[in-house]
Amino acid sequence: MSATDTPKRSMRTPLGRVRNLGAAHSGTSDFWRQRITGVAMTLLMIPVLVIIMMLLGRNQVGAAQILSSIPVAVILLLFIFASAWHMKIGMQVVIEDYVHNEKLKLVSVMLNNFFSVAVALASTYAILKLSSGV
Amino acid sequence: MVEFALPKNSKISGGKTWPKPAGATEVREFKVYRWNPDDGKNPSVDTYYVDTNDCGPMVLDGLIWIKNHIDPSLTFRRSCREGVCGSCAMNIDGQNTLACTRSMHDVKDGAVKVNPLPHQPVVKDLVPDLTNFYAQYASVEPWLKTTSPTPQKEWRQTHEDREKLDGLYECILCACCSTSCPSYWWNSDRYLGPAALLQANRWVSDSRDEATGERLDNLEDPFRLYRCHTIMNCAKACPKGLNPAEAIAELKLKMVERQI
Repeated sequence: MSATDTPKRSMRTPLGRVRNLGAAHSGTSDFWRQRITGVAMTLLMIPVLVIIMMLLGRNQVGAAQILSSIPVAVILLLFIFASAWHMKIGMQVVIEDYVHNEKLKLVSVMLNNFFSVAVALASTYAILKLSSGV
Repeated sequence: MVEFALPKNSKISGGKTWPKPAGATEVREFKVYRWNPDDGKNPSVDTYYVDTNDCGPMVLDGLIWIKNHIDPSLTFRRSCREGVCGSCAMNIDGQNTLACTRSMHDVKDGAVKVNPLPHQPVVKDLVPDLTNFYAQYASVEPWLKTTSPTPQKEWRQTHEDREKLDGLYECILCACCSTSCPSYWWNSDRYLGPAALLQANRWVSDSRDEATGERLDNLEDPFRLYRCHTIMNCAKACPKGLNPAEAIAELKLKMVERQI
């Protein structure tokens, strides 16, 4: 039962408890985006692995040279975008599954959003910086 | 946080071993979960020996034999004894199933271990409190909803449309699937569970129903529907051989279909 409506404290009918606040009319977008990002990551996995192999053992100048190629930078940016979004949705599902304290859940979901955006932006910045040779 | 251990008053301790039936040549050991709400004690597991020459082959036959010959206080639900009513759903040898259709000889090693359906409040012994489960079923409004004038005869349906209900209408609401689902264990207050969702899909898939969109609206929720993570315990447990996970996947597909 949710924290605000435990059966011990409630005299609501069982059906009233099940209906509770009603359907959120959402969830499908996240479900669909999780599939899109999952497929995108699968497709991008091989080119990303090839790029990582190419980067191995190179110094910063060598890495910047490889990343200055537009296709390489775009592939890495797409991979970061897809994986950060996938990570955000996946972690939110885990939080919703296991964290039942409403306040802790809200804070956790918020931190998860911040973390995912921060990881995505930091990675994007690093790639753009290297690829533009700044 | 989610509870990974049993509450203190649910921890199983001890249990009585009942004497073997006198004169029996072949016996089968049964280890049965016992809990009495009136004595204030923790649950226990009692050991019984069933005379297999004097009772039928099913686990339910064994339980009835125990109740008739050894311990009349043993409490469990049963009715049809042929897999139609769903009353005798319980956890047998680690799997949720119907006691009336599970042969005690199919339980290979050692004792036949019998417990109530997992993660539900226990009323007594093997009787779980399924109030929430039935309320969730009621919440999907399991009846034909129409606005068109009622026809003179029956609502008509093609053979192809009728076939879409196969694999759905057979559900007997025994709760084996829902109570085998970890996602339902953690979030049964908000997640409707495999049984209610299979039933929901039965009405969403019915060509005669005119409230399909309204039904999908009612299900579109991160908890009501999307707590299903395709763990598939439901399909493994279902004693009728149905696949609630597939029914839930069909619901998700319809949700996506109407958005794209």
